[in-house]
Amino acid sequence: MNILKNFLLQLDRRIIYAAIALAVTIPLVLHFAVPLKPSPIVQSLFDALEALPPKSKVILSFDYGPSTLPENDPMAFAFARHLLTRNHRIYMMALWATGARNLDHTIEQVIEKEFPGKVYGVDYVKLGYKAGDEGLINTLFKDFKGMYTTDGHGTNINDIPMMKDITTLEDFDMILNVGSGRPGTKEWIQYAGDRGNIPIGGAVTAVEALLLYPYYPRQLKGLLGGLQGAAEYETALISKYPQFGTTGRQAQVYMGPQAVAHCVILLLVILGNVSYFLGRRRK
Amino acid sequence: MKKRVPLIIIFCVGTLFVLAIFLPFPPFPAMEGEVSVWFDILKGFAFVLGGGNLIRVTADKIRKGHPDRFYLWVTLVGFFGMLVVGLLQLGGPIAPGGDFTTEGLWFRRIYDGIFAPCMAAIFSTLAFFVSSAAYRAFRAKNREATILLIAAFVILLGRTPLGNSLTAWLPDFLNFLKIPWLFEKILMYPNTAGQRAILIGIALGIISNSLRLILGVERSYLGGERS
Repeated sequence: MNILKNFLLQLDRRIIYAAIALAVTIPLVLHFAVPLKPSPIVQSLFDALEALPPKSKVILSFDYGPSTLPENDPMAFAFARHLLTRNHRIYMMALWATGARNLDHTIEQVIEKEFPGKVYGVDYVKLGYKAGDEGLINTLFKDFKGMYTTDGHGTNINDIPMMKDITTLEDFDMILNVGSGRPGTKEWIQYAGDRGNIPIGGAVTAVEALLLYPYYPRQLKGLLGGLQGAAEYETALISKYPQFGTTGRQAQVYMGPQAVAHCVILLLVILGNVSYFLGRRRK
Repeated sequence: MKKRVPLIIIFCVGTLFVLAIFLPFPPFPAMEGEVSVWFDILKGFAFVLGGGNLIRVTADKIRKGHPDRFYLWVTLVGFFGMLVVGLLQLGGPIAPGGDFTTEGLWFRRIYDGIFAPCMAAIFSTLAFFVSSAAYRAFRAKNREATILLIAAFVILLGRTPLGNSLTAWLPDFLNFLKIPWLFEKILMYPNTAGQRAILIGIALGIISNSLRLILGVERSYLGGERS
């Protein structure tokens, strides 16, 4: 008992670091996937996308950087798979400078590989990054082509077939934001969703998700909170479209290490409190 | 004069745009769109200002022999390196504009090879700090800390499959004891109530501060004078 007490009271932080490193590495190597049942807030967004009529115009905004890539990329991939399977048109843009490169990941790893029949400019377009944050959303609300005069490749916006009937943000049927901070889902709600009555869907990091609950369900159709939200969305997608059973499990595979790491952190919180009370008793 | 002119500009522009929201007839609705474009153009210039400021501050520190001058040089070299590589589009056809993320461009290689891994690595270290902090700081020291600890514990448990399976055996009439139920309810009610209170507080603060600016009560932006 005394040995345990001393061990807990003098626990070296390097042991904690090693435990976390192992908790993340082992499940990652073993491809330990975690399928999850969709929660109501995730299912609500899935259903909102299902309810859109075919050929709907949907903005997919990539507002995150490389630091949250493992959390946000699977969300964007799942959205792209769902939208293209339902034959919607995707308008890909970024409010973050770093988002432009993440946008390419979705095109290269999902659209080009899994949907070779989809045509650039007809089914999806890369609009790229524009500076201005929420000011940009405000301007797009009034004059979309005034800001996006070309696509991300430098092609005149009027030469792109799917841009022909777009003048303002109100021409879109839905806006999906994959983000990890400001500007992000909140700004899309405040500057576009509320003003134009455009349905907004969010997919954000776990830390950001807590801040967005006040907007659900009236101003926000649904929310993917963190990797778990992405894994739940993948479950919903795979149960409806089983063809993604092998390719569409990125978040579920990443959830393995995260679930084990969370368990280790929970154990550390318990041990920390045990050591605290043991220390108090000693005094 | 130096102070009166900005005060007049702020008053006129501020009043005009508050009115523009409430007056639905021309020229007000169009005016809002036009000025949004001006705002975006001005924001573009802020990048130049920010870059210039970065160079000035960093160069000053290097000149004064700051102990971290090696890292300051890295900042300067990185800044100018990316600027030249991006502006000249090295590795591809030299053309103004175009796609900076095109395959083969040095800009893309540096972004993918240096910037993205560095950002990911720095962010990943958070996992180690959070776990160490969970052990050392997350303790039931008093009543408030205990409530926070219990809520955090449920949320963390609800974010793992373990949380689902741990209470899945409970019968339906004890649903309120199931971790997923508690997880959802904590986020939907106490969290939402707290967040809404903060949001409303911020909104009221912004309105009052904007009024102070428009009416010329708040003058600190002119150089420190408050009223």
